[in-house]
Amino acid sequence: MSPTHYLVLSAILFTIGGIGVLVRRNAIVVFMCVELMLNATNLAFVSFARMHGNLDGQIIAFFVMVVAAAEVVVGLAILMTIFRTRRSSSVDDANLLKY
Amino acid sequence: MNPTLLAEAQTHAAEPFVFWLLAIVSVSAALGMILMRKAVHAALLLAVVMLSLAVLYAVLEAPFLAFVQVIVYTGAVLMLFLFVLMLVGVSSTDSLVETIRGQRLWAALAGLGFVGLLAAGVAGAALPTTAGLARANAEGNVVGLARLLFTKYVFAFEVASALLITAALGAMVLAHRERLAPKATQRALSKARFLGDHPTPLPGPGTYARHNAVDMPALLPDGTTSELSVNPIIARRTATAGMHTDLEGRTEEQAAGDDIAAVRAATDTAADADAQDREVKAGVPTAGNKEAGK
Repeated sequence: MSPTHYLVLSAILFTIGGIGVLVRRNAIVVFMCVELMLNATNLAFVSFARMHGNLDGQIIAFFVMVVAAAEVVVGLAILMTIFRTRRSSSVDDANLLKY
Repeated sequence: MNPTLLAEAQTHAAEPFVFWLLAIVSVSAALGMILMRKAVHAALLLAVVMLSLAVLYAVLEAPFLAFVQVIVYTGAVLMLFLFVLMLVGVSSTDSLVETIRGQRLWAALAGLGFVGLLAAGVAGAALPTTAGLARANAEGNVVGLARLLFTKYVFAFEVASALLITAALGAMVLAHRERLAPKATQRALSKARFLGDHPTPLPGPGTYARHNAVDMPALLPDGTTSELSVNPIIARRTATAGMHTDLEGRTEEQAAGDDIAAVRAATDTAADADAQDREVKAGVPTAGNKEAGK
């Protein structure tokens, strides 16, 4: 299998995640779509690692996972704080910084 | 050496099958994720995508990342998502109202354009032939990764540890709730209870009701339902008020007659003609009869 297949699959998953970020209203689902985009980039990194025959791509994918874990922890804590004060997890309701 | 070569040849033969299967599964699960209205369904479909990506990593000669994907992403991150969903409310669904006109159409068009652009770029790129990781993984994938991680990327590794500690602290600070009022003592609770309008305990669910489920509001002696008997969270999520509709269509006398008939049929003491008359009126013994019999 050439890396092209994996890269196109990664691009498709990344785009689906991006569309989800654009259209969904629930902040948690938006977050999940961001996770999907990060996973898609990881797939591209891992397939590039195999194409080049060294492990640097896998190391970068590993660091992406670490950063994603940290991001999820802080992001979900922020979502919970917002939900506690506004009783809503919709991204449309959090507009205090708008004007 | 020979068995490994044979196994490698078999892996290469099976790779297209695994790839196409997992590509179809992961893309349809990802599409379902953005189309499902319920957040819990989206989370479960995201688990499907992550697990199929883990298998793809294993196929791509990255066994360590495959296990990390299963343990960290599917095991920890997704369970965290599910925890927060339970806290926020499982039944929370997205509204289908578009606040920006034509947003979905334009997002889909932009997505199609973006994926077309990326695919054209990838297809047009002159990629070198796949080198394979047989040489890099000669000592084992974990040893190879560790060698890189603790030599070339050791600074990034240290920064990542600082990031993780900061994230843990941040989560604790953000999720912490300051106690604004002092904790109520037993004396204060007792005072508040006797000064309020309910000195007695609240009615339990299912008391004088036809079922003993917790979402079944109690029937008060006058035949009305009591919303106080149901947990307020359950009452908010389900329409508990209409649980007794089977009683509402009939008069009180009829309902009481049915109940008496049910009790008599269950205890086998339906001897007198009056009770038999009522049983005929009640018709076939209902589910309530059988439950009472137990």
